[in-house]
Amino acid sequence: MQEFPDISIPIGDVVDFIVRWIDSTFAPFFDFIFYLTSNTIQGFDGFLTMLPWWVFLILIFALGYYFQNVSAGILYAGFMFLVGSFGLWDEMMITIAIVLTAVIISLLIGIPTGIFMAMNKAFSVFMRPVLDAMQTMPSFVYLIPVIFFFSLGNVPAVFATIIYAVPPVIRLTELAIRNVDREVIESAESFGSSRMQILKKVQLPQAIPTMMAGVNQTTMMALAMAVIASMVGAGGLGEQVLISINRIDIALGFEAGISIVFLAIIIDRITAGIGDKFQRDKGDH
Amino acid sequence: MGVKMSLQHVSKIFGPKPKSAIPLIKEGKSKDEILAETGNTVGVYDATIDVNEGELFVIMGLSGSGKSTLIRCLNLLNKPTSGSIVVDGEDVVKYKTEKLKNYRQNKIAMVFQHFGLFSHRTVLGNVEYGLEIRGVSAEERREIATKNLESVGLKGWEDKYPDELSGGMQQRVGLARALANDPDILLMDEPFSALDPLIRREMQLELLDLQERLQKTIIFITHDINEAFKIGDRVAVMKDGRVVQTGAPEEILENPANEYISDFIKDIDRSKIIQAENIMIRPNAMVSLKDGLKVAVQEMESNGLSSVFVTDRKRQLHGIVTIDAAIEGINQKKTLEDVVFTDVATVKKDDYLEEIIPKAVETTYPIAVVNEENRLEGIILRVHVLSSLIAEDAE
Repeated sequence: MQEFPDISIPIGDVVDFIVRWIDSTFAPFFDFIFYLTSNTIQGFDGFLTMLPWWVFLILIFALGYYFQNVSAGILYAGFMFLVGSFGLWDEMMITIAIVLTAVIISLLIGIPTGIFMAMNKAFSVFMRPVLDAMQTMPSFVYLIPVIFFFSLGNVPAVFATIIYAVPPVIRLTELAIRNVDREVIESAESFGSSRMQILKKVQLPQAIPTMMAGVNQTTMMALAMAVIASMVGAGGLGEQVLISINRIDIALGFEAGISIVFLAIIIDRITAGIGDKFQRDKGDH
Repeated sequence: MGVKMSLQHVSKIFGPKPKSAIPLIKEGKSKDEILAETGNTVGVYDATIDVNEGELFVIMGLSGSGKSTLIRCLNLLNKPTSGSIVVDGEDVVKYKTEKLKNYRQNKIAMVFQHFGLFSHRTVLGNVEYGLEIRGVSAEERREIATKNLESVGLKGWEDKYPDELSGGMQQRVGLARALANDPDILLMDEPFSALDPLIRREMQLELLDLQERLQKTIIFITHDINEAFKIGDRVAVMKDGRVVQTGAPEEILENPANEYISDFIKDIDRSKIIQAENIMIRPNAMVSLKDGLKVAVQEMESNGLSSVFVTDRKRQLHGIVTIDAAIEGINQKKTLEDVVFTDVATVKKDDYLEEIIPKAVETTYPIAVVNEENRLEGIILRVHVLSSLIAEDAE
């Protein structure tokens, strides 16, 4: 039997070198991003914890009622009440703040990227394997470089979350824009619209229902990752899960775990509901 | 009536190296051979057509004949591979961004087969679209769009969304949207193909009315020969990307350019195409009321006829008299006025055969073709009504 020859291609070292180089070269840039992101998270968290608990419950009820129906509203408010009763209220708020921040940044990056992919074939061909890699790479791997850039805490958690959660919104934005009926585009063109006008007045509004499906997926993935990101020091429900593992604390583990499930259900139904609303009202022009 | 749009040797070839296909076409190779050799698809080859101002010009062909490709060349949704399209003295194929935008915004508009409506906009929002692109103010936009919707019979539907409307109504929105821009040229790509036969007929008639009112230059695509011949002032027939014959419907019916076209027109419902003027003969014998019975008999005998039309002093049609009635009248010393039969079937020059047939069935006399002032312009013999229904087979 022949053994594999003793060749080593040090690709890991190369990546390590690149990451270090980026970190040292763009340090001010990362500081700025850190500052911005950390403030955003604190802003959301501050706002959410400032709200009296019953106002938050009413808010959740209202969202459920508006996007679905009364019983959904009651159910969601009930879920939140349970989480409070577990003593995980503040942790939940941190998780929500991290997820919200990550989703907002994901959309800010993802939607323009998707649009550009729809408009530029070469870019699309280039991006597809990148997106595949982003989705299939074990999510823990992202935790290492983000620690490097942003050290420990909520900020690296947000960025690891973004890398993991941004592909669906990019993919579905591209798909949605590409799938707009050819004749509809032609008719916009036949009136002498510019490319920007077609994008703004026709393609995007027509694409919104499908794009909302991407937003929904991105949000769900962000929530999943926000939990894993507790390994780099993110606070919130994920941190509680981690603690319970270390202490083999079944009770805490279950309570934190089920709280995440509740949160997932509510976020999923509400973002899906927003998508349905767009479909029904056809958005606006 | 001048030429509004002149297509000169327009070709459109799709594929990696469009120009490379042109010499092959000149050698007379078929579409399939060219596809195999160069990987290019010939959409349209060497189309030369003049469309007159105010004309309803129909381009007819089966699917794959290149008609939709050709119409998309006219507003440069497809850029022709070669050839020129001259509109008002300018070759629009050479237009770059700004001029092209201007051309599309001001001169030409299009109606699509599947309507191409914006489902996220209301009916009014759809009709306003072209005006919005031109930068017309919101108020004026609304006013023009409302007016155009009214003219296509959609008053009161302004705030609905397209998917709340029936197919026929959706296409009316498409039409109103195109007309709101007040274009000189209106392109219609199989606009009625997606509609029910009943609605289609209704829309065809409305289009003809509209054309009479607005006098736009309309280029209309269809695969339906009956539709083409019914509404077209002139028709171009396309096959495999080439224009095979261009002419008025009657010209094509009378002289099909080749076997393909004669095969095509076999199926046609001639009663909807042929008009009175196509089958009438000039009134070679005619008597006036004041001429009297003897002149009438003479006219008939010298022309070998069994009846003759009678006119009054202003040459307006009065009736018909048969030779039997005339001779009997002479014997009984009656006047021409006494024996003339006034209940004559009359038609107008532009009446279609389908309207003439029932009249031919009811009467035993020839049918008179008269103008608005009831003057006799021609005669249709009943036997001609029948014979015109049968396609003349090429010998």
